[in-house]
Amino acid sequence: MQYKKWRCLICDYVYDEELGAPDDGIPPGTRWEDVPDSWTCPDCGASKDDFQMEEI
Amino acid sequence: MSAVMTTTRWHDPKRYLWLLGVPVMLLPMLGGWLVDATGLSLFWWFMPLIVYLVVPVADLLVGEDRNNPPESAVADLEKDRYYRWAVYAAVPMEYATLIWGAWVAGTESLAWWEYLGLAISVGMVTGISIAVAHELGHKTDPFEQWLAKIALAPTGYGHFYTEHNRGHHVRVATPEDPASSRYGESFYAFLPRTIAGAMRSAWKIEKARMQRRGLPTWHWRNDALNAWAMTPILFGALIAAFGWIVLPYLLIQAVYGFSLLEVVNYLEHYGLCRKKLPSGRYERCQPTHSWNSNHVFSNVLLYGLERHSDHHANPLRGYEALRHFEDSPQLPNGYAGMILLAYCPPLWFAVMNRKVRAHYGGDLTKANVVPRLRAKLGAPTPA
Ligand SMILES: [Zn+2]
Repeated sequence: MQYKKWRCLICDYVYDEELGAPDDGIPPGTRWEDVPDSWTCPDCGASKDDFQMEEI
Repeated sequence: MSAVMTTTRWHDPKRYLWLLGVPVMLLPMLGGWLVDATGLSLFWWFMPLIVYLVVPVADLLVGEDRNNPPESAVADLEKDRYYRWAVYAAVPMEYATLIWGAWVAGTESLAWWEYLGLAISVGMVTGISIAVAHELGHKTDPFEQWLAKIALAPTGYGHFYTEHNRGHHVRVATPEDPASSRYGESFYAFLPRTIAGAMRSAWKIEKARMQRRGLPTWHWRNDALNAWAMTPILFGALIAAFGWIVLPYLLIQAVYGFSLLEVVNYLEHYGLCRKKLPSGRYERCQPTHSWNSNHVFSNVLLYGLERHSDHHANPLRGYEALRHFEDSPQLPNGYAGMILLAYCPPLWFAVMNRKVRAHYGGDLTKANVVPRLRAKLGAPTPA
């Protein structure tokens, strides 16, 4: 399965499944659905609901 | 649980105080009325007199409020539409004052110092309205987003809508942020850097957004363009109504208004810096990365903007729910008093440099410092 990217609607931060968010303890390769709901955008604090899948 | 029982009955002591932000927008008109009533043209300068003299003293006398709403009350606070309407109501008042000022400038024969006082008084209102736009622009509701741009139009600072969320919040308290001032940087050095930097950044952000959508940069959906476009329309309409004599008035109030925002930017993050992580990203923004002020009087006038530490750590929190944190650095006065200090760089440095050094335990390599000092400290220059 191909990795997807998700973009924060509020500040444009991109969550790339391939890279994860290691600073937040989310290892590379973590699928969006496996990112905990408590995780927030590292740049602006938006919740997971404020992210949209990026067109590829 | 009894705790639940008591918190459901918690009442917000500031609930009605937040409405004060609305009549503040009308103060220049009160000044105009006082000119008529007393014959003293000093009252054309009513707004700066209030903001620079009355507010700092009131902050000193009324003092601070370090109380926070209980966590259990926050969800209800943020659901309560009343607090949103208390913000919306300020925007028509801003326009009433701007139009009234244009009418006065266009119909009364004022001496130049009276005309200037009028323009500065109105500029203070349109400048404070950027704080209103700030509160609106953080929301994802399209109505609030449009109202934010409308509130920005009188100062021509429409790009603030883009730059604040996608630029400033992302890079805050780093050397890369044009709107975060550096240790050793005077307000007068900061001002041109932040004005140019914010415009450049907003344009870059919008250009990239339009590209992602497959649209040309010059398109009405470019948020910098559609927000900027309101300004010439507004100014054109006021010139058509009251004549060319209002053009200097419009320009003075705009420049004064946005420089008021920028002096506030100057004092919000002075010298503070986020740590760079091994990954190359900066640590998340913490309450310690913004100067905070709990001074009640000016906070109420600015929709809690001075509780800035919590705002940057939790930007989606409504103004009515912002908290005080013990570990965030504290400004010695409210924004109005601190602005006066920022206008006198030697005094500013005397007060604030010591506070920055104390915050970092004397280690300035942890601070956001001006480049020449950075070289002296032997700290690595940011990419
Ligand atoms: Zn974000």
